[in-house]
Amino acid sequence: MKKIVLTVAMVSLGTTALFAQKYMTRTARVTFNATAEGSPEKIEAINNEAANIMDAKTGDVVFQMPIKSFKFERALMQEHFNENYMESDKYPKAEFKGAITNMSAIDLTKEGTYETKVAGKLTIHGVTNEVTVPGAVQVKGGNVMLKAKFVVKLADYKVAVPGVVADKVAKEAKITIESSLTQK
Amino acid sequence: MRKILLLSISLFSMAYSGYAQQDDLMKMLDNEPENKKMEPVTSTFKATRIINSSSVENLAHGVLDFRILHRFGRISDGLDNSFGFDNATTRIGLDYGVTKWLMIGLGHNTLQKINDGFVKVRLKQQYQHGFPITVSYFAGMGIVGDKAPTLPAGQEYFYSHRLSYAHQLLLARKFSNRLSLQLMPTIVHQNLVDSAKSSNTTIALGAGGRLKVSKRIAITAEYYYRINNTDMPHFGAKTYNSLSLGADIETGGHVFQLFFCNSLGITERSFITQTTDTWEKGQLHFGFNISRVFTVVKPKEFKGGDKKEW
Repeated sequence: MKKIVLTVAMVSLGTTALFAQKYMTRTARVTFNATAEGSPEKIEAINNEAANIMDAKTGDVVFQMPIKSFKFERALMQEHFNENYMESDKYPKAEFKGAITNMSAIDLTKEGTYETKVAGKLTIHGVTNEVTVPGAVQVKGGNVMLKAKFVVKLADYKVAVPGVVADKVAKEAKITIESSLTQK
Repeated sequence: MRKILLLSISLFSMAYSGYAQQDDLMKMLDNEPENKKMEPVTSTFKATRIINSSSVENLAHGVLDFRILHRFGRISDGLDNSFGFDNATTRIGLDYGVTKWLMIGLGHNTLQKINDGFVKVRLKQQYQHGFPITVSYFAGMGIVGDKAPTLPAGQEYFYSHRLSYAHQLLLARKFSNRLSLQLMPTIVHQNLVDSAKSSNTTIALGAGGRLKVSKRIAITAEYYYRINNTDMPHFGAKTYNSLSLGADIETGGHVFQLFFCNSLGITERSFITQTTDTWEKGQLHFGFNISRVFTVVKPKEFKGGDKKEW
């Protein structure tokens, strides 16, 4: 009986230690570019306030970012982005819940760049879609950097582009993510 | 038996941990204290003017706004004046966002050749679950450029007679995404008024608002109630309180403001104290405000050779 208790205690302690292997940041950088081809104006923005946690054991990855933290070069564009396209008062955050699909092949103690795929649920503008995006895990000097580049269709997230700006705003947004994580 | 139970519990919890754990991770992000900061309420109005009045909206830091404010003559003049097309007045001006809470502007009006300037300072910001209203202070000054008017014998027209000042407190609340209202206690001081019986200082209470009818269209309205000087004439003509009704139409890059009002003037002195037309007689002016903004100072995220991968 004592043995069992001991084993349970050890196992649970062990799991706690393993689950504590979390990497986190609140200053991940997310950019998007939805400039239509031939548009005189660049439709692009930068968000440096995305929050991100990765669980090194399971490969689980979650992102969360305030939509209003996207900065545009033109203030009026930023206002319209929040007011008319993303409806940021109604849908203040974008979220991603998913996992790195090949975590077992990634050794966070060894420097290098590991190609990977991340699969999960992406929620933008109140609409959730299952996505799988290619990315990379970069281990350098004890830091872990997650990188991804992918394209989202605005229509998939019910972001409407009125006809008058169709020559400026593309139907798809190119997204880049760079998240430099530190162990928590 | 115990072992089996334990095993099944641990197996169950392992199988369960997938999505549940992602939810837990998301909660960790939610629970961080810096995530709970109060959000300022933005976009109370679509533009820096409701119709004639300034709204609590300021230009962002480093943004220059070229504005053309146009009022046609009286529609009731009929065919003689092409339903107002022939007697239009215009104000052309430049506004600039010095900081996110300070905005300045200069303009020239065709009416009485007035040159005007203003400063608008945001004193308090409305917050979600916080301070309930946005408070701004507006101070404007106008200089009449017209030739000296005919004054009673023995009276001289000094340069100071050309000057007028307006001070306003702008108290606005965005009640919902659709409805925003603004109260504007106002003082207009004119160094020269039309009648010795009138006070040089007019006190008025203005109210304005907007109601969004769709994402891109809003109905706007504005009214000034003069508390004193209600019988002050303007070049001998009876004056009325200013009432404007209009619409904000946003077309992607710009906001067009179209409206009807009984005022022809565009500066505070003109539309609050010198409105000589009235809605009751159909003496309406069609007007529009158009603006073009230029980013003079780029936000810090776009300064320097920011590397762009796409």
